[in-house]
Amino acid sequence: MKDIDLIVGPRIPKDLLKRERKRFMLPTLLLGGAGFLLLVSIFLPYWKLTLFAPQYPDGLQVQIYVNQVKGDVKEIDTLNHYIGMRSLTEAAPLERSLSIFLVAGIALLAFAAIYIHSPIALFFSIPAMLYPAIFLADLYFWMWNFGTNLDPRAPLSGAVKPFVPPLLGESKIAQFKTIASWDIGLFLAIVASIMIVVGLYFHRKAYKPLLESELQKNRQES
Amino acid sequence: MKKNVLTRLFIAASVIGVLLFLMTCGKKEAGQVGNGDLKAIAEQRGLTPADLIAAAKTYVPTGKHDEYVMFSSGGHSGQVLVIGVPSMRLLKVLAVFTPEPWQGWGFSKETKDILKASYVDGKELTWGDTHHPALSETNGDYDGEFLFVNDKANARAAVIDLRDFETKQILKNPLSLSDHGGTFVTPNTEYVIEGGQYAMPWTGQYAPISKYKEQYRGMVTFWKFDRKKGRIIPEESFALELPPYWQDIADAGKKVSEGWIFMNSFNVELSTGGVEKGNPPFEAGASQLDMDYLHVIDLKKAEALFKAGKTKKINGFPVLTLDVAAKEGVLFFIPEPKSPHGADVTPDGNYIVVSGKLDPHATIYNFTKIKKAIDEKNFAGKDDYGVPIIAFDTAVETQIELGLGPLHTQFDPNGYAYTSLFLESAVARWTLGGPWTEKHGKEPWTLVDKISIHYNVGHIAVAEGDNVNPDGKYLVSLNKWAIDRFTGVGPLLPQNFQLIDISNPNGNMQLLYDMPIGIGEPHYAQIIKADKLKSWDVYPEIGWDPGTQSKSKYGIQAGEERIVRRGRTVEVWMTAVRSHYTPEHVEVRKGDRVIWHITNIERAKDATHGFALPYFNINLSLEPGETQSIEFVADKAGVYPFYCSEFCSALHLEMAGYFLVKP
Repeated sequence: MKDIDLIVGPRIPKDLLKRERKRFMLPTLLLGGAGFLLLVSIFLPYWKLTLFAPQYPDGLQVQIYVNQVKGDVKEIDTLNHYIGMRSLTEAAPLERSLSIFLVAGIALLAFAAIYIHSPIALFFSIPAMLYPAIFLADLYFWMWNFGTNLDPRAPLSGAVKPFVPPLLGESKIAQFKTIASWDIGLFLAIVASIMIVVGLYFHRKAYKPLLESELQKNRQES
Repeated sequence: MKKNVLTRLFIAASVIGVLLFLMTCGKKEAGQVGNGDLKAIAEQRGLTPADLIAAAKTYVPTGKHDEYVMFSSGGHSGQVLVIGVPSMRLLKVLAVFTPEPWQGWGFSKETKDILKASYVDGKELTWGDTHHPALSETNGDYDGEFLFVNDKANARAAVIDLRDFETKQILKNPLSLSDHGGTFVTPNTEYVIEGGQYAMPWTGQYAPISKYKEQYRGMVTFWKFDRKKGRIIPEESFALELPPYWQDIADAGKKVSEGWIFMNSFNVELSTGGVEKGNPPFEAGASQLDMDYLHVIDLKKAEALFKAGKTKKINGFPVLTLDVAAKEGVLFFIPEPKSPHGADVTPDGNYIVVSGKLDPHATIYNFTKIKKAIDEKNFAGKDDYGVPIIAFDTAVETQIELGLGPLHTQFDPNGYAYTSLFLESAVARWTLGGPWTEKHGKEPWTLVDKISIHYNVGHIAVAEGDNVNPDGKYLVSLNKWAIDRFTGVGPLLPQNFQLIDISNPNGNMQLLYDMPIGIGEPHYAQIIKADKLKSWDVYPEIGWDPGTQSKSKYGIQAGEERIVRRGRTVEVWMTAVRSHYTPEHVEVRKGDRVIWHITNIERAKDATHGFALPYFNINLSLEPGETQSIEFVADKAGVYPFYCSEFCSALHLEMAGYFLVKP
């Protein structure tokens, strides 16, 4: 067995694949499915904040995608200028410009893990596993950054103290009740993360005996 | 089969369950308003059970909207009123012929230009006498896209776009100084009809009153409407010369009578008044003969003659002259009971209902008979101007005695007609005949009900009651006098709009509500189903010019604000957003010409800003997205604080700036 084989692991013998199709299909489907969900999530909103006030009977909403902010951004920016918050369009410029490539890359790594029949697959899957947590951490960073760096010269700077909206659930800012909720894109990413964990379990179950028998064969040969 | 029944029962039970649940939810909310005993409240306020029913039929709770919207002329306010039905709440006063500060109408350059286009010889007009609003139609049914209205005082016609409820165009009639037979539209709004009223020599000409018969003339103008452009195209419009019979109201034919126009007249006597000279006054002179003439106009033929170049230019406007019209078979007369007021075409287009104010009957003409007489050239003679006359008996279907002073007629979907009775202060309900008999199943052409109104009804408006597809349900009686209906507010009393429930054709009509109109004397109104109106929440793009319904070249985005000086002209490009203008300081020198463009860069519904500049007599309304301009000479040195005149936000008072004019 060569070094490269140690990384990518042994190939599945054809007759074995025929006999135990389910054993090998399961990790493939789970890891592949996880990558697919990640790709789909690029086009979907991850997080949304809904604001309610008496004069907005239908509420205002802002939706965060990996690469854009959608919804009543202009109106929320107009309101935010009273408390000295920067325009939402200025948030996370680097993340937004790179996100599509990064998420696509994470998904590709998950796809690659399908073809790696060794413990190295774990390293290829870790980014997808951690991705939802990384997204939320970055979102929190930006909310903290925006909510605590308010222009002291703003009209209402005395009335509204710096604040950080929660990642999930209700809070109140001036006359606005805000509800933060996770959206479909983030849920897909979380499902993908779980699928990776489960997929790795079945991956190990499928390939560990194969790898061990291969290693044993190697030892016997040498 | 059995299973099917069970499934249905289950579905029905679920639906009832959900409804009950929703009802209990609703009850909780209603409880907040007040949980008084209905009976006790009624007793305390002296309300009868009928009053309570009327209240329940008209009350529209907060957050709910009216089922219908009524567009009423605003009379000598020169405006148009928008009213919700059945709540009878005034929703808006649309600025049309009269400057209106809240809407900035007549203050900005854009709106001034629209008004200016209709001035006679450049003379400023600051009022109008709106009479007959007309909603645009498609296949004879209201489509909710445009509204037209005339100004009787100055013979003008206006086009209002119902996307933003703003006036887009005002046209001055080139031939006459007064109009009354307008505005009415043809079934697909190809033409907007504007008929004249008081005969006169063509605008700008003089002729002594002794030459009345020879040189005074009536007219009807057919304004060509371009729906795509949302404008009347004067170059494709023309007029028809008429004898000086004092034409009154008109209506366009529909369905079988599409392409024909019907119009009343009330001075075939050619009375010229002069009570101070010992002549009979107009009121008597114009009422001498028993009959006036219903004018029947073949619009299709008139249009063909106009396109063939058979018109004559008068005051630069193409006119189909009376002799050509008479010779070519464009115009016909039918005697009608004297001093008529309404000429209303039934929804099927086959009957024309004419009511003579001084005759207790409604006279019903049958279009099929009229058409037959014209085709067979069955004429009883000609008038002095050579126009063929069809005999009364040849064209009339029947006459019905309705009561005293019948004026105007509207229709419902069940084959009933409603006619206002001015002298009797009542509205009559009567049955149509012919194919309509099947609908109501009663004796045709018969008076069936009458309701008193308060007082002196002019026009009436039934929901969609003058188009091919009337809704019925509600009737509004546009009363001229209120006398004792409202608290005294001085000797000038409001007019009284009375809402009447006509939804039950087998029962009586029920009076529901009185609405005072304290702005002018409305004449006609039309009621459209509210869901046909597709009004904009905000202007489609930032920098919108409502005058052209397109992006203004003066519209700017945030960050593009600037002040540019060119010689003695200073051009300001300003934005308005909650709660500041940019720039806030504008400095010029005395004598500078100031051109000032302001764009409201808001996108939120209702985030309107005003712009008030004292001394220079300026107030603008800048709705979200709108751009308006002002132009004036800074002719006096000083400091002028400008401010937002529409309470826009918590920091509205701070939305201000200084206009500084250096000596």
